[in-house]
Amino acid sequence: MAKHHITVTVNGEAHSREVDSRLLLVHLIRDELALTGTHIGCDTTHCGACTVLVDGVPTKSCTVLAVQADGADIGTVEGLAGADGMSALQEGFMQEHGLQCGFCTPGMLMTGTALLAANANPSEAEIREAISGNLCRCTGYVNIVKAVEYAAAKMAGADADAPAAEEAN
Amino acid sequence: MSDAKPRTSAKICGMGHSMKRKEDPRFLQGKGNYIDDITLPGMLWLDIVRSPIAYGKIVNIDASKALEIDGVLAVLTGKDLEAYNLHWMPTLMSDTQMVLPTDTVMYQSQEVAGVIATSRYAAADGVAAVEVEYEPMKPVIDPFQALEDDAPVLRTDKEGQEDNRIWHWEAGDKEATDKIFAEADVVVREKMHVPRIHVASIETCGCVADFNPVEGHLTVYMTTQAPHAIRTVLALVAGHVGLSEEKIRVVSPDIGGGFGGKVPVYPGYVVAIAASVVLGKPVKWIEDRMENLQADSFARDYHMDAEVAADASGKIRALRIKTLADHGYSDAQAAPSKFPAGLFSICTGSYNMENAYAEVDAVYTNKPPGGVAYRCSFRVTEAVHCLERVVDTLAHKVGKDPATLREENFIPKEAFPYHSPLGWEYDSGDYQAAMDKAKEMIGYDDLRREQAEKRARGELMGIGVCSFTEVLGAGPSKDFDILGIKMFDSAEVRVHPTGKAIARFGTKSQGQGHETTYAQIIAEELGLPAAHVQVEEGDTDTAPYGLGTYASRSTPTAGAAGAMAARKIRDKAAKIAAHLLEVSEEDLEWEPGTFSVKGAPDKSVSIQDCAFAAYTNLPEGMEPGMEATNYYDPPNLTFPFGTYICVVDIDRGTGEVSVRRFVAVDDCGNIINPMIVQGQIHGGLTQGLGPALFEEIPYDEDGNNLAGSFMDYLVPTAVETPAWETGHTVTPSPHHPLGAKGVGESATVGAPPAIANAVVDALAHLGVTHMEIPIRPDRVWEILAAKGVAK
Amino acid sequence: MIPPQFDYHAPGSLEEALALLGELDDAKVMSGGQSLLPMLKLRLASPANIVDISRIPGLDSITETASFLRIGALVTETALEESEVVAERYPILLDTARVIADPLVRNRATICGNVAHGDPANDHPATMMALRAQMVATGPDGERVIGVDDFFHGLFMTALEPGEILTEIRIPTPGSAGGGAGGNGLRSAGEQSGGAYIKLERKVGDYAVAGAAVQLTLDDSGKVARAGVGLTNLGMAPIRATVAEEVLTGARLVARGGFRGAIDKMRDAITRAPDADEIINAAAQAAADATDPVADRRGSVEYKRNMARVLTARATARALTRAHTPAGG
Repeated sequence: MAKHHITVTVNGEAHSREVDSRLLLVHLIRDELALTGTHIGCDTTHCGACTVLVDGVPTKSCTVLAVQADGADIGTVEGLAGADGMSALQEGFMQEHGLQCGFCTPGMLMTGTALLAANANPSEAEIREAISGNLCRCTGYVNIVKAVEYAAAKMAGADADAPAAEEAN
Repeated sequence: MSDAKPRTSAKICGMGHSMKRKEDPRFLQGKGNYIDDITLPGMLWLDIVRSPIAYGKIVNIDASKALEIDGVLAVLTGKDLEAYNLHWMPTLMSDTQMVLPTDTVMYQSQEVAGVIATSRYAAADGVAAVEVEYEPMKPVIDPFQALEDDAPVLRTDKEGQEDNRIWHWEAGDKEATDKIFAEADVVVREKMHVPRIHVASIETCGCVADFNPVEGHLTVYMTTQAPHAIRTVLALVAGHVGLSEEKIRVVSPDIGGGFGGKVPVYPGYVVAIAASVVLGKPVKWIEDRMENLQADSFARDYHMDAEVAADASGKIRALRIKTLADHGYSDAQAAPSKFPAGLFSICTGSYNMENAYAEVDAVYTNKPPGGVAYRCSFRVTEAVHCLERVVDTLAHKVGKDPATLREENFIPKEAFPYHSPLGWEYDSGDYQAAMDKAKEMIGYDDLRREQAEKRARGELMGIGVCSFTEVLGAGPSKDFDILGIKMFDSAEVRVHPTGKAIARFGTKSQGQGHETTYAQIIAEELGLPAAHVQVEEGDTDTAPYGLGTYASRSTPTAGAAGAMAARKIRDKAAKIAAHLLEVSEEDLEWEPGTFSVKGAPDKSVSIQDCAFAAYTNLPEGMEPGMEATNYYDPPNLTFPFGTYICVVDIDRGTGEVSVRRFVAVDDCGNIINPMIVQGQIHGGLTQGLGPALFEEIPYDEDGNNLAGSFMDYLVPTAVETPAWETGHTVTPSPHHPLGAKGVGESATVGAPPAIANAVVDALAHLGVTHMEIPIRPDRVWEILAAKGVAK
Repeated sequence: MIPPQFDYHAPGSLEEALALLGELDDAKVMSGGQSLLPMLKLRLASPANIVDISRIPGLDSITETASFLRIGALVTETALEESEVVAERYPILLDTARVIADPLVRNRATICGNVAHGDPANDHPATMMALRAQMVATGPDGERVIGVDDFFHGLFMTALEPGEILTEIRIPTPGSAGGGAGGNGLRSAGEQSGGAYIKLERKVGDYAVAGAAVQLTLDDSGKVARAGVGLTNLGMAPIRATVAEEVLTGARLVARGGFRGAIDKMRDAITRAPDADEIINAAAQAAADATDPVADRRGSVEYKRNMARVLTARATARALTRAHTPAGG
């Protein structure tokens, strides 16, 4: 079985590897490039824990061959924070308690990042639809929706100092 | 009843502050350290060959083709383990379970052989190449059939086992209960099944076993909620081959969701350890989702026959429940030893009644072993579902609004501490307050009006109510142990010279945010900023011994231990403060973080000053350092409660149920971190929505798992999940040092009956009194069609 | 879950791809890979060779000509969802794309892949039947056009020969002869058409319990000139409900004069003909009668048949409403 020489740019850094035809992109990212923020949660392309951006498009990296990504620009959770700290969406997840065990979180962040790039002011229904390929078992999604809304507001320059989810009393 | 203002400042961030989580930055930046993120030099991979059939003899295992594959190093079978007497292991319920079979497989997807290879990919190829020949036998799948006289005995390995019964458990006074039923005005009865489900944490299970042949020392990194107990179990299983407890270190790294599914020891862990011992190299085993759903411990699977006796007005007099528990081929649940049916005897719930009797029979079938307490304090979910459903049937029968009927039967708040007919002492409660708040939040009376109008137009809308009582915090050592180990938990707090601290606990967070809430507990008690308290758990070499995190026990046990340890430190700090201020201890006043002299508030020292002095300037004769440990044995369990109200609409064409609104009012006593508590409730509600409407692991008559992947095991997405509305009341626990009760699983327990009651309520005018969960559209439609109202 | 070994090929042109398919043993064409790769991971398929056509230029466009909407082999579901021409003139396609799998899968999954897979549980086949689509198969001897009625042969079986690639799907334009479902009517002025696809699924990401695609073309008097009805996951192959189409064809579903009046009204406010519901229900029942479902975790045979009926009725009503909106479609 022939090996393929591929080059992928991950979070701005170019990597060249000889890969087997069958190597999954998620294993390239996790096992070969040691970027373990991208997770694996199922076998059937349902959970979205492995979501990365391929040329800006959120993609389940367990259902793409590494060789298919040759030449692609890949974004993973490790690339979201910049020199000036976490992204607005990462901050939103923290402020709104949008994560618990953290395992689905990288996938949610990548999907949310792409959503906000395409739609700066998504409605609750649009957010729920956009993340419907990412399963979360901990949060019940309410605070993930709020986290995306927080980021949208912050990116729009609105007052993002809104207090975190206070209970209705 | 209202929330007290936090006692500490925002800087200290003790109880009552919605402190942002300390664990979040690493999770948000991809720097968590989950089991599959661990890579050790020279590490090998384990993948597992599993049985395609539910029951049969193994005729032959041929590994020759697998061993020809480049990278495949070894194939381990039951025969190989038998040589070390490691082919069987005990379960936490003192039953036994195969690690790998030597002759017979007992359930589909049972572990049959382990393939060790140099890579994930080679190991998978090896699994595909191992050829196993089986002689299939007719499995026993239906638990009722398992009890029939002509059913084959499945556990022929157990001496003296002559049928498929595992145990019989009962609680209450049968005779007195039967007498009430005989004379009662009204008796209602529902038979129901709370089906087999799975925790389906998004991270599956796995481990890296690292045996050092030179030192004879084993380190196991594993997805476990109870690392200390696991270390002890490993020592019991493998002590005879030289792995005694001091040579075993269990490390539980970041856990991607546990929910009870990461309490048991699964065969894969043991095979990985055996492989590491045999090969002298680290061995990683990560199960895939299908293995996770098909072989790891299930939850629930209780068949219940419930009756309530009442007077003509609907005043409940007695409860009687007969249950059949399907445990699969081994009782591999993780419940306290003396409670084979868990805490099922909480089944009298929030209602005052004269008497009750409950019994459970457990049976073996050809299904995977279990069942775990999935986000549930040991069978409370089953008990609450059963009671809350049949109470609705009673309301229907006597013609009362289900909320009113509940209110008329609530244990009044003056009655606490309340002694339940089945032997519990409820610590505190105000059930009416939670009900009032839930009704107000959802606009109950308006909804009932809307429902009447819609019903007149032929539209189907239902309102479901559930007023549950939970029982958490196992548990007091007089009753609670696992394999003989008392169910205390522990904390060890050390304050460094500069006033910063490390606190270690015997529990293990899987998303609950212990690093934050435990720091807040220490902050509350010591007045150190929570930001300055580092929390560690999960490494048996460093953390104090504890029983782990499940059954909502962390706050009731380890949280209490943290408070008690901190108080010991504060007592020592008071002595140091008196020394520094040159006054007697009695002359000191304590405000969080500061000791001052009574009447002279400007004469004060901080807790940080005291910490520094503990290392630099001690009163004569005092032992240096600032450290304390507490092993907390709770005096009682805690009894959180709540009322949930759910509104559903039903599509008469398709039978689809949509949850329009869901209000959850919880009372978990004093709250440590409101943000985290609310998040726990959101998550619990969603894990109640799943089994109510979507999730189930059914088997066909041949024992094939019909929901063995996420294609058919239907975990709700953001689209199916409603926007949960939450509220709370506060009734502190009188015996917990912080007045807290625990909250992790209340919502998982309370949500399914609220949703089921709403659907039944929508159909009640058609004569429907019960629906089995999960309430699938086709099940609803069959009823609509039978009643002639399908469109 | 790890795929078995195979060799991967990424031709840069259609010619090269066809040559590879001719040379290689046991080769499978892959476009988005969202059906094939899960099957490989589960080891339900183990081709020796995979020919990835996703790097071939020119196959990723959606274009409308006078006669056809042409969807290239590499057009993703997301691209279809974002297409203006689809949103304006082919809402049934938008309905269909939106309910396939989940949004992340749709970023890579292709329409042609969905059709070529031959899975009766996939959603596009029913819609293609309702739309009377044509499949363009390109092989070593060039192109051949296969009508949708001849395309699906059974479970995972289609008219595609080994060595052929489904390079394009052609959907007759609503205004064209035979457009908007119905192969034989001559185009007449003032026609309006509309279509809808409705899927019943247990949750997002699930295959259909049942799905119904209905495309209607009304003449200027409001009579149904042509009707197309396709059904998802209700038999071993996608089903075209011809009897249902016959019931609808020629029927007047809109009250006389209702056509003009309805344009300015809300979508639901079309004036139906007095017996419209009866006709729609008869068509829906005919659709149900055309099904041959199997009982499984999604429901009994009776339930699925009834869902075919309910969904066909709902899709017909929605198609009718859309036929009366100015944008047509």
